Amino acid sequence: MEGASQNPIPIAILLTLAVIFLYLHFTNGSGMMRLLLAGVLASAAAVLLLPSFRPDLPDFMENLPKIQLGLDLQGGTHLLLEVKLPAAVSNALRRRADDLNRALTQNKLATGIVTQNPDGSVTFALKNSDERSAFLDLTDKSFPDLVLSTVNSGGTPAFKFAFQPREEIHISNNAMDQALETIRNRIDQLGVRETTVEREGDNDILVQLPGIQDPERAKELIGRTAVLEFKLIDDKNPLGDALKNGPPPGDEILHGPIQAGGAESYLVESPVLMTGDSVTDARVRPGSSLEGPYVEVHLDSRGAETFGSLTANNVGRRLAIILDNTVYSAPVIKEPIPGGDVQITGNFTFEEAHELAIVLRSGALPAPVEIIEERTVGPSLGRDSIHQGELSFIVGAAAVLIFMAIYYSGAGLLADFGLTLNILLLVCVMAALQATLTLPGIAGIVLTLGMSVDANVLVNERMREELRAGKSPREAVKVAYERAWSAIRDSNISTFVAGLILFQFGTGPVKGFAVTLCVGVATGIFSCFVVTRAWYDFKIQARRLAKISV
Amino acid sequence: MGLQLIPPGINLDFVGKRHFFVALSTVINLAAILLLLFVGLNYGVDFAGGSLIQVKFDKATNGDQIRKALTSMDVGEITVQDFGAVNLNQFLVRFEKVKNIGSLGKRVEEALNESYGASNHAEVLRVETVGAKVGRDLRLDGFMAVAFATVFMGIYIAIRFRNVSWSFGAGAVIALIHDVLVVTGALVLSRLQFDLTTLAGLLTVIGYSVHDTIIVSDRIREDAAQRRRESLESVMNRAINETLSRTLLTSGTVLVVLLALLVLGGPILRPFAFTLFIGIITGTYSSIYIAGPVVLYWEKGHGANRGAASRAA
Repeated sequence: MEGASQNPIPIAILLTLAVIFLYLHFTNGSGMMRLLLAGVLASAAAVLLLPSFRPDLPDFMENLPKIQLGLDLQGGTHLLLEVKLPAAVSNALRRRADDLNRALTQNKLATGIVTQNPDGSVTFALKNSDERSAFLDLTDKSFPDLVLSTVNSGGTPAFKFAFQPREEIHISNNAMDQALETIRNRIDQLGVRETTVEREGDNDILVQLPGIQDPERAKELIGRTAVLEFKLIDDKNPLGDALKNGPPPGDEILHGPIQAGGAESYLVESPVLMTGDSVTDARVRPGSSLEGPYVEVHLDSRGAETFGSLTANNVGRRLAIILDNTVYSAPVIKEPIPGGDVQITGNFTFEEAHELAIVLRSGALPAPVEIIEERTVGPSLGRDSIHQGELSFIVGAAAVLIFMAIYYSGAGLLADFGLTLNILLLVCVMAALQATLTLPGIAGIVLTLGMSVDANVLVNERMREELRAGKSPREAVKVAYERAWSAIRDSNISTFVAGLILFQFGTGPVKGFAVTLCVGVATGIFSCFVVTRAWYDFKIQARRLAKISV
Repeated sequence: MGLQLIPPGINLDFVGKRHFFVALSTVINLAAILLLLFVGLNYGVDFAGGSLIQVKFDKATNGDQIRKALTSMDVGEITVQDFGAVNLNQFLVRFEKVKNIGSLGKRVEEALNESYGASNHAEVLRVETVGAKVGRDLRLDGFMAVAFATVFMGIYIAIRFRNVSWSFGAGAVIALIHDVLVVTGALVLSRLQFDLTTLAGLLTVIGYSVHDTIIVSDRIREDAAQRRRESLESVMNRAINETLSRTLLTSGTVLVVLLALLVLGGPILRPFAFTLFIGIITGTYSSIYIAGPVVLYWEKGHGANRGAASRAA
């Protein structure tokens, strides 16, 4: 959670008060002292909660912990993205096969033909059968991360490539880290406050955008793979034949951006001559009125060098500039281009060019991501939910408080104080833990409220019972708290541990419920058995407990 | 002494009528199982996968018209349902299978506004899309969490109440299963949506059911320790009567809070409030008529001599 940094002092004060309280309780210390503490504790909790309900506060209260509302209450977009890790591994295999071809050329051997299989593996076919052992020597020596298995192709030797398991895990982990970083960069460019981008499970990324106005734009920005590649156009084989009979070995057919007249097709040579890894900056340039704005990409020195030699070696040929497998432009290389500035044109609107520049700047995603879960709540709906939740909570709580006061008179008022303190403390601790309050979290509050009402009812009913049986008020108080405690202890321990289990196994909202439950058990026991008891202890110590109003 | 709803010293025969209520509950539970198997819960997108879109119109319209307006989108089966009060003009549109889930909200808003024109503007308030795999995971996670929590609570209660009978754990767990069945059965009948929030409601019911059972069992434990000569049956009935006033008071107060939530909480909270409302009622009932009888049946089945089984708690 990337909430604003907060001041730990108020929570430390609350905790200290609670600890002193517990000490006095167990040492049977001064009841008067405890009553005063109870008052201080309640006021401190109330003050701490002010920032959550009143936005217009003096500066020094700015850093107090605030209740964080979940997206279901606040409005916003929650996205769960799946990173297609097999695709990352498969891409890495392809790049490795390209590396291998370069090594083969350096060793004066013929290059092989690389084909990517539908299952993600890569097949590498040699052109000459007699180079087989030289090829195997080379892979053994220089490519220990690859596992080769012979493919029965009938003609020249062919091998299927896979990575060593350890290498595959390494690639997947790297891809996950890079995807996380890239998406975080892109989200930052949206300028939304208090966003969350975090890894969830093995291959998912959780993105939370509170109060966002235009979720569509965010989703488009997140989903762009933004793999920038440079490949050569094949000018030896005619495009028409390839379209009819499939591309010749080592070639592939790619398309341009979809336009009114349909997308243009290109026959390109498969090897990737350069990728966008070395992009340092990308910005929109106005361009001519005919072509519209274009994106200017700036390469680092290594990239500039590669690009320089690449253009020098291929003067007169067409270079395809490919983004996410779409050919944006395929200019003819008129002369070597040093310096490392590349222009991407493609009849963009200004928004498109702007978005393209963002994704190029923030780096490429190592693998495609897919949105597998989306929850968008409009801000007005979130407000309605809060209003309705608040209204029903106030009406319900008021009914309980009034009922307790009427039914148990004096003891009822005491119970009301305990219940109010319980809710205040619960919400305070939730705010301090930076736990988010969601609808299921409210469910947890209702349950703890019910349980703490029960604790008070148990104590008071027992007190009445003991008084009827003729016990002295002092004795009745003692028995009532002791016996009620025995029941509440078992119930609360089992609830608490059940909460821990739910937290361990549950996902998002169930977790929120579990946190509320565990915190509520603690604050409930504290306010019913420790705080309300102070009143009776005070009366007993002052020898004024002649009669109990219950 | 203040008001009293239940006269002190009340002595109703709860335990004696246990056979009737156990039979009644068995019938209700079987009916709930049949409902779950043959009608099934109305799973929300959280568990079933798919998309749910809440739309608000300026003026009145109806489900058929909305479906017609969306046919051009070619997104498979669509169900449309009124949401909240009629004068709000709000609808829930549910898509079973959606391919390009990224831009669904925008596409629906565009398709609706194109079809309805400027006279009746449509606004998408909420989009919830869950992939099928995520839905399966959520269902499994939820189930595992509940199963583990239940097993743990059963063991804990069995150990805490072993001095009276080892079967209190079993009684609490069976009462809990009873409550879950009754509530889910009621959810099937009501056709309310079962999503993550409803699941949270169900977890709350489980928590409350066990809590209530423990409170009653605690009194049985206390009385059993004091009256070693009395039969377990009679001790149980006494304990239930002694706690009757607290049982009704607590459940009554919680039900009032839930009634407020049900009436004022708005349509999003309704499945949740309904689940709790039914759950508190059945949770209270099962502590008296299910958890206790299970212990009695168990003791009878084992022919245990209670005097020996109940060393002081």
